[in-house]
Amino acid sequence: MKLMLLFLSAAIVNNFVLSYFLGICPFVGVSKRVSSALSMGLAVTFVMTISATVTWLIYNLILVPYNVEILEYVAFILVIASLVQLVEMFIRKVSKPLYDTMGIYLPLITTNCAILGLALFAVLREYSFIESLVFGIGAGVGFTLALVIMAGIREELELSPVPKHFQGAGITMIVAGSLALAFMGFAGLIAN
Amino acid sequence: MAKKNVSLSAEFLKGIWNENPILRSLLGLCPTLAVTNSAINGLAMGLATIFVLVSSSILISLFRKRIPHQVRIASYVVVIATFVTLADRYMAAYYPVISKALGPYVPLIVVNCIILGRQEAFSSKNGVGRSILDALGMGTGFIMVLLVLGSVREILGSASLFNFTILGDWFHPWMIMILPPGAFLTLGLLIGLANWYNEKRGIV
Repeated sequence: MKLMLLFLSAAIVNNFVLSYFLGICPFVGVSKRVSSALSMGLAVTFVMTISATVTWLIYNLILVPYNVEILEYVAFILVIASLVQLVEMFIRKVSKPLYDTMGIYLPLITTNCAILGLALFAVLREYSFIESLVFGIGAGVGFTLALVIMAGIREELELSPVPKHFQGAGITMIVAGSLALAFMGFAGLIAN
Repeated sequence: MAKKNVSLSAEFLKGIWNENPILRSLLGLCPTLAVTNSAINGLAMGLATIFVLVSSSILISLFRKRIPHQVRIASYVVVIATFVTLADRYMAAYYPVISKALGPYVPLIVVNCIILGRQEAFSSKNGVGRSILDALGMGTGFIMVLLVLGSVREILGSASLFNFTILGDWFHPWMIMILPPGAFLTLGLLIGLANWYNEKRGIV
């Protein structure tokens, strides 16, 4: 039950994109088409889940016993960068079209704040191994959800008369604001 | 990228408006949105980012001929993460209140795309002097936007500026401005405004 709540909290109530502002760059960049948004979301969820567990292991089995928590940021970012490289090679091998859709945004997952943010939040809140894992999956699902909803809205926006100066980034931000407002409605769902 | 015939002042000034990292290139949006619920937070975040940006630009432009091309991104990230650790510990020691308010967003400077972007696009190809100017310019452009966003949101959301109450009792604070949706709305309007101004001046 506690894990279920943690999952819902990470996916919906404290949505990474809409209430922590993590992962905004891909949120703006890859949300033009629902299909590419979905594949980006899945890639991020995959990397998030793995990196949540790997960073937990590194922090608790290496950094803490040797008393070098100060290396936390350097260690985490290196792990994430190598993981992303791995995922990139894997996707290129398995599905070329998928690789082409994600384009330059795949290596950019490295600098996707959501992934490092996830690792930092897990350390800050002293999650156990299983909790980190669930937190990682929840955050990934939440990211995918926000990205896909946004892409759906933007596909419609293309047919709408948006004021000239707001086309592109401007209107995306304003739509994201309305989405964040809607997601705030979930705030009472979990009492904590 | 940068030609050698670009004047030094242009190297500095381009980051402030014409190539402003936030309004023109849409980089570094996460900290921009997350910490601008008050002007002071925006200022602190901006200063920490400038410190990391300038220090890593100096180091990377010094070593640009020694860093192997294949592992350059990893090397940049390690350099950046080291300076972020320094900034984080410094803030935690001397400004604990602000450090607590910014929370995990200080370590998240590591993944601020502006910093990595400038190393890749500029410091790895230019000398130390120009790299410092470029970093300072970009940093100034970044902090300006943070200050504007932070001030607007603090005035409308808490009726104060830098923690001094400036609007009287007649003003009912718009709670929404200091909450996440306010960040998106303010930045969206600011980007629209910048586009409008640029068009009027004839730069696109």
